[in-house]
Amino acid sequence: MNEYRVRMENIYKSFGGVKALKGVSLQVRQGEIHALVGENGAGKSTLMKILSGAYKKDRGEIYIDGACVEIGSPRRGRDLGVGTIYQEFELASDLTVAENIFLDRLGPHGIINWKNLNRRAAKVLADLGFDLNPEELVGNISVAYQQVVEIAKVLSADTKVLILDEPTAVLTPKESEKLFHTLRLLKQKGVSIIYISHRMDEIFEIADTITIMRDGEVTGSGRKDDMQVDHVIELMIGHELATLYPPREATPGEEILRVEHLSGKAFSDVSFTVRRGEVLGISGLVGSGRTEIVRAIFGADSKLSGHILLNGKEVAIHSPSDGMRHGIGLVPENRKEQGLVLDMPIRYNITMCSIKKVLGKLGIIQRRKEQALSNDLIAKLNIKTDTPETPVQDLSGGNQQKVVIAKWFNTDSQVIILDEPTRGVDVGAKVEIYHLINEFARRNMGIILISSELSEIIGMCDRAIVIDAGRQTGELQKSELSELNIMKLAVGGKVK
Amino acid sequence: MNGVNISKLAQKPAARTVLKNYIPAIVFLLLLIVSSILSDAFFTSQNIFNLLRQLSGTTIVSMGMLLVILTGGIDLSVGSVVAMTGVIFSYYAASSNLATALLMAFACAALAGLIAGYFVAFQNMAPFVVTLASMTAARGIAYIVSKGTPIQIKNPIVLAFGKGSIFRIPFPVVTAVIIFIIIWLVLRYTSFGRFVQAMGSNETAVKLSGIRVEYYKWAVYVISALLCAFGGIISDGRTGVGSPNIGNGLELDAIASCVIGGASLSGGRGSAPNALMGVLILGMIGNIMNLMNIAGYPQQVIKGVIIIAAVLMQRSKKS
Repeated sequence: MNEYRVRMENIYKSFGGVKALKGVSLQVRQGEIHALVGENGAGKSTLMKILSGAYKKDRGEIYIDGACVEIGSPRRGRDLGVGTIYQEFELASDLTVAENIFLDRLGPHGIINWKNLNRRAAKVLADLGFDLNPEELVGNISVAYQQVVEIAKVLSADTKVLILDEPTAVLTPKESEKLFHTLRLLKQKGVSIIYISHRMDEIFEIADTITIMRDGEVTGSGRKDDMQVDHVIELMIGHELATLYPPREATPGEEILRVEHLSGKAFSDVSFTVRRGEVLGISGLVGSGRTEIVRAIFGADSKLSGHILLNGKEVAIHSPSDGMRHGIGLVPENRKEQGLVLDMPIRYNITMCSIKKVLGKLGIIQRRKEQALSNDLIAKLNIKTDTPETPVQDLSGGNQQKVVIAKWFNTDSQVIILDEPTRGVDVGAKVEIYHLINEFARRNMGIILISSELSEIIGMCDRAIVIDAGRQTGELQKSELSELNIMKLAVGGKVK
Repeated sequence: MNGVNISKLAQKPAARTVLKNYIPAIVFLLLLIVSSILSDAFFTSQNIFNLLRQLSGTTIVSMGMLLVILTGGIDLSVGSVVAMTGVIFSYYAASSNLATALLMAFACAALAGLIAGYFVAFQNMAPFVVTLASMTAARGIAYIVSKGTPIQIKNPIVLAFGKGSIFRIPFPVVTAVIIFIIIWLVLRYTSFGRFVQAMGSNETAVKLSGIRVEYYKWAVYVISALLCAFGGIISDGRTGVGSPNIGNGLELDAIASCVIGGASLSGGRGSAPNALMGVLILGMIGNIMNLMNIAGYPQQVIKGVIIIAAVLMQRSKKS
């Protein structure tokens, strides 16, 4: 009966009106590494938070070692032997390794027996195969060792099920190897490990079983040996219709932007070009370094090395105002935090980048001119509002996004970078934004489009580069753009 | 049908904001009525003009403080910079001529603002810390220059400016009104004013719009310090001495005035007329308590309570 250590049956969970999980079932055996894969938003993390007690399920049953359990709180989850290691560690950097491992049970009555504590900590670490000084401050050790401390902390509480959420995201390849070694050791000791990732190379290296999720449902599950990378990727991305994307009249002209060997904190050696009237896609998973690349081009982040050439001439860009002066515009990924001054009217926001066009003597804003310009943009971009005096916070997500794009409409930009321009907007506004992108192309500007939606990259771009973990893993021409090809490059695999 | 609903929804918060904008003015009027009832001496022209003359320095300094607060910063150094410029002005007025004294007072103020603003804007240091340091340093300079004792002002022009009036309106009050109007217009009608406010609401968004946020930030500290020089010189003229002790607690009065006037210390919200109302409300409370012979220490307690009450009121209207 106890073939499975964890059985989750028919789990449902909604947030407001959004169905995050629609009848998900998952079985994890004792002493296996079970990979849970899926795109961002597929429901992996939600499912795991239900197992660990951080979220409450709406419906469904959870069995641990054959017994039906209710996991109402993280505390209860821990008592049942479920331990989670999140991407962000929950360590106190000013405390020692030993203190962190036993943080919630340092000693009876709050009195610490240091000798005993350090000995116990050393033993837990040794069991994991690490020789780490328990008296060292956590802030002084590397990220990889911090992860080990985190694992030790979880395991010291008699953990039967260990959940790891994208554990290698913070590790170097060498450190990842060490982690895999540790995980195999734990597996031999009978710990069940649920490993969340979307990196195919890792999953196929370490997992025994793979379960694939998409849109809150399990789309496939089986032994690793019975599965193939292509098949797993197909199950992850499913298929979408490409009718959303309006055709473009513009044809790519001469080169306008050239980026050579650009390196920054989160990426290295990225090179590409953009032509006039062309839409270049930058694809890759969230956190792969896509955003950092374009921020460096625009001047919002500093770059470590590399060259940026506009119209064949090298330009020095150290700040967003430099970027703008040289004709680069950026529609940032987070409109509320980076794109808009929410409590100010549309009019103030919409002219923010082109204020010089409405300034009179002494920096006085010519209100009539500004109103005319605002009304013009509101009409052109079909922003739904009664008046340009409405604070942007009262607009819907799609209309807010249009305001952010409108900011750059009347500037002299030659290159416009759009970072996730359709995130969180409804389908109608999406199509309108695609039309605006085509309008930029028609004006002979160069366009860079970052998107997590593969279908958007395929539908809108003339060409795309793919980024994985800060490295440029490939460039795909229009004819090569397919979900499979992009995904392979985005998850550390290779095309052919 | 749908359209009607939407426009109604849109109007509601607007009406609330409009009302909120007038709260400081309403409080001011109420206080005016209450004060005239509480004391016969309040609504005499002598008391009113005295009060306004006293408040002219606070008004000027508060206008600079408002700019700083709008960007999300704070300037604790204003009281000390007033003292420093006042002393430097009196020093050069005594040892040299009026032009030199003016030049030196404003130059030293500008320097103080340039230094503090530089660290805030370009070194990303917390305004609280930077201006706490410049507050200490400026006060120190005031004591060094004056050797710890007030410097007598003998220049008749300065004294006439501080004590005289035009059409019965004291010169310091005229100066304060002019500065208030300038700041008001700058905030309402110029790109500088707009970006200063926008920056306090969302600095990232303004920066990513290609605006050099750092320079605006720098500028507000310089302006604040320059306005302090006006405050210092007026104080010299009004009292007849350049004293290193003046302006103690002035930063708190200026901050409190802005806050009573609805400014948010996290930036982005506040206006010149409301900050002026804040100055008048705070000043009037002190004045009426003086007229009612309430002792100085209890006055401070009452002032503290009133500041909290004023902020609470703004908040309750918000939610």
